[in-house]
Amino acid sequence: MADASTLAERARGNGAGDHDDSPGPFTVSGPGVLGALAGIGAGAARAGQAIAGRVAGPVVEGLRDRLTADFDDRDPDYIRENLPLTWLLASLWFRGEVRNLGNVPEDRPVLLVGNHSGGNLTPDTIVFTLAFSTYFGVERPFYQLAHNLVLASPAGQILRKYGTVAASHEHAKEALEAGAALLVYPGGDWEVHRPFWESDRVDFAGRKGFIRLALDAGVPIVPVVSIGGQETSLFLSRGDRIARVFGLDRTLRLKVLPISLALPWVINIGDFLGHVPLPAKITTEVLPPINITEQFGEDPDHEVVYEHVTRVMQECLDSLAAERRYPLIG
Amino acid sequence: MRLGESIEITASQQLVWDYLAEPTNYLHFMSGVTRWEPAGDRRSGLGARYRMLIRVGAAEVGGLIEFVEWRPCTDMAWTSVTGVDQRGRWRVREVASRRTRVELRYAYGVAGAGVAGLLAERVAAPALSRHLRRSLQQLKRQVEHEQLRSEAKRRREASAA
Repeated sequence: MADASTLAERARGNGAGDHDDSPGPFTVSGPGVLGALAGIGAGAARAGQAIAGRVAGPVVEGLRDRLTADFDDRDPDYIRENLPLTWLLASLWFRGEVRNLGNVPEDRPVLLVGNHSGGNLTPDTIVFTLAFSTYFGVERPFYQLAHNLVLASPAGQILRKYGTVAASHEHAKEALEAGAALLVYPGGDWEVHRPFWESDRVDFAGRKGFIRLALDAGVPIVPVVSIGGQETSLFLSRGDRIARVFGLDRTLRLKVLPISLALPWVINIGDFLGHVPLPAKITTEVLPPINITEQFGEDPDHEVVYEHVTRVMQECLDSLAAERRYPLIG
Repeated sequence: MRLGESIEITASQQLVWDYLAEPTNYLHFMSGVTRWEPAGDRRSGLGARYRMLIRVGAAEVGGLIEFVEWRPCTDMAWTSVTGVDQRGRWRVREVASRRTRVELRYAYGVAGAGVAGLLAERVAAPALSRHLRRSLQQLKRQVEHEQLRSEAKRRREASAA
């Protein structure tokens, strides 16, 4: 929720929806022609702000709605009716293979922690969501956390029907307390845009929030390791320095401005419009659950747990990479 | 989409039926099936429910099924309760003494899936047909093997007596 309100407030601060009568930056006081011109200018500025408020207000409201988690937005019927389409995409284009879904506990909430690949289109999530929905049935509540910008995009409305909610600790805790399975990608935008030569590397950038979440909710962590997503485009650089220069990290919580070679743009900067993913084979393996308190005690050192989780995931990713004979083909 | 395959087995109708009626056998002979376990109190027969999954393409599809028809030695049919819509039927018919014809029919789809649903049904059909064919071949092999074992056992018992 904090993310939603922050973004909406930020938008208001930029003039959207803010139409009080306080003197704006164009207000100049003084007599004569200059004063009259200044008065006209100030009036025009206020009118402009009012119009901007009327136009942008609904947009901001819509944005706020999208970023507010309503777990009831998940629509099992919609997911079920779209299973064939997802199945076609996952089977024919990505030749998806998800192994050991039986490692996911069936009768309790669970935190699924994945490595993230494939840019903004995240083909590994498409393949895994399909596999999860068919294995456990669309009736089992299953949510995924996503970056605000993903939910604010035109695809956001569809993703909400699949159970995608804006990433925040509160949303995650709420989902787990409601008994759902929750998929998180701690590496987020940092990991998903890593260069293609790091495709067989788990990189959570030291983010350990998922450990606190699992402890707070008292649920096991189930690591989900995927390979192939980073071959769906030629990711060249995260562009983290450029993102810092443009202030994207402060304004949009974006640590990166990725640069890749992707269809149909050839050079794709930012990946805001998405791209046509190359048909790389996606293989996903679900590892046995990690019960933090059982394995590391009631008050574990988060650093130790983080090292353990990332190590078992990296080992699995290494073995999946060793299985892979050719890029794309798998 | 409806698929069907049949095979002739050199075994009695009763033996084939008994093999099909035992849920623990399904993981041994049903090709592509990754799960077939009772869900509920009834283990077999009319009204018995199972959680079943079959691997097709990128996913294991299936769900909860229930046997809605059970005519001993001849017909048993199931329908889906949750998951992908499906209906299946075993038809067991005696064609001669100790020769039995077994037919497996399988219909599947997702109601409301539109064009993508129709396309997916057709794309999945070859893989599912292969699974059905292989399942019947494995059923034949296992039941005939069972038949030989039981005959050998009878012979041993007769010679011992």
